[in-house]
Amino acid sequence: MNIGKQLKEGLLTQNPVLVQLLGMCSTLAITTTVANGIGMGLSVTIILTLSNIFISLLRKVIPAQVRIAAYIVVIAGFVTMVDLLLQAFFPDIAESLGVFIPLIVVNCIILARAESFASKNRPLAAAVDGICQGMGYTLVLVIMSAIRELLGAGTLNGVRMFPAEYAVQMLALPVGGFLTLGFLIALFQWAQSKAGKGGK
Amino acid sequence: MDYKELNLIGSTSPHLRTRDGAGHIMGEVIIAMLLPLAFGIYNFGPRALAATLVSVAGCCFFEWLYRALLKKNNTLGDLSAVVTGMLIAFVCPVTIPYWILLVGDFFAIVVVKQLFGGVGKNFLNPALAARAFMLSWAGEMSTWVGPRTSTPVFHMAGMEDLPGFLGSLFGTFDAATYPTPMALLHENNLSGLQQMYDLPKMFVGLTGGCIGEVSALLLILCGLFLVWRKVITWYIPVSYIGTVAALTFLFPRGNDPVQWMLYNLLGGGLLLGAIFMATDYVTSPVSHLGQAIFGVGCGLITVFIRYFGAFSEGVCYSILIMNLTVWIIDKNIRPHRFGVPKKTRPEAPRPEPAKKKEEAKKK
Repeated sequence: MNIGKQLKEGLLTQNPVLVQLLGMCSTLAITTTVANGIGMGLSVTIILTLSNIFISLLRKVIPAQVRIAAYIVVIAGFVTMVDLLLQAFFPDIAESLGVFIPLIVVNCIILARAESFASKNRPLAAAVDGICQGMGYTLVLVIMSAIRELLGAGTLNGVRMFPAEYAVQMLALPVGGFLTLGFLIALFQWAQSKAGKGGK
Repeated sequence: MDYKELNLIGSTSPHLRTRDGAGHIMGEVIIAMLLPLAFGIYNFGPRALAATLVSVAGCCFFEWLYRALLKKNNTLGDLSAVVTGMLIAFVCPVTIPYWILLVGDFFAIVVVKQLFGGVGKNFLNPALAARAFMLSWAGEMSTWVGPRTSTPVFHMAGMEDLPGFLGSLFGTFDAATYPTPMALLHENNLSGLQQMYDLPKMFVGLTGGCIGEVSALLLILCGLFLVWRKVITWYIPVSYIGTVAALTFLFPRGNDPVQWMLYNLLGGGLLLGAIFMATDYVTSPVSHLGQAIFGVGCGLITVFIRYFGAFSEGVCYSILIMNLTVWIIDKNIRPHRFGVPKKTRPEAPRPEPAKKKEEAKKK
């Protein structure tokens, strides 16, 4: 187990959103405000870590033929827990995230980590993997939602930065989600290729 | 006599040279666009000229800035940035704040054009993409003034009573929304249209609307000029306008199909889009059949948006959507190979994807 390597993979080289292009639906849909981005990112991180641990514990029990169904059951259990907790303690965030919290059940980041990592590694490594990948997801969500909220509504985490009449409303719409994500991916690839050239 | 004294230039082919380059062709497009611009100034006052100049300056500045920052060669000389700048101003109402124009210029030049590799590489028409982006400010993009309004260059409250030239520089304009032909069309209000704008007025362009789109007469003249100069071919404009004409004639929303059709053809940005934007070399198909298909597609989507959409005008989105299909059209409609019997090898080979290995070697 190599925490540094896993951290680097989760945040950068194997970033779930920017490199693996997983979890697009929630990424594009909820990144309209920073609060949403943080809420969604943390929810996914918690669910991902817990489901990774449990799937790793059960990896020798689950038959290969029905593994996907088994993963979904485990994930759905944690999603329900997080959903109810959010509704109880953070009703505002729960309301603005809406259907996207239940939809974490079929979020492909969690399924992908279960299939490709947790089912092949020990619980501790799986937990670290869940935290690292979740952090990568949260990081991208926060950056995206900050850009979209600042330019699209003129606010940052609810604080007004410039008058709303100058805001590019389009960035708060779905179009803006695709645009921002495209730019982030392009920028990331460019930075990576620069870094790669420098290394060689 | 020694042949060296003959002052001959020894070189390999090609020996025939022409001045036609991107800059030359764009120059002719700009000459053509001066007509609608002049009418825009006549119809909407000096602010039409100011907006166009601001937009052109913005496009040229962003093009220069991007190329300079990335240490690439300067491409201002091909004049495509000037054309883009003029077209962006042409598809905006005259009351548009200058800073929105500059945001549109930035989006067109940097995002749509330069980030994809500069002139010749953009996958969307930059001016139309900018217009779609500028619709973020939907209110400012749909504030219309009536025909023959003198809109002052700078909008300042308390300066309305300045006389003469100063009044045309500073002052306020009546920014109340004015029903353009397109708004009335969208309400299926044919009788209202006939009352407010008779057909000769529509044809000459004495209506409200965007700076460059109002005068059908001048736009048709421009189109003929460009076809005569072989800058554009007639396939896209004719198939585009013909499709809109056929559809609106067959499915009129009023009691007079011919009038309904004519209002649909003359109103809005159809002629401007069909002549200046759908024919953009970079974002239209190469073959003539492909161009006809492109035009028909544009016409279909335009009518669909006008009839069933929330927007009153569909030209911008129809051309943008068809821009995205150009690669499919070009891939599937290939010309016959020259010098080969049709039976044996009917089509040219598919264009091969760029060979990455060779590019890597060159680097």
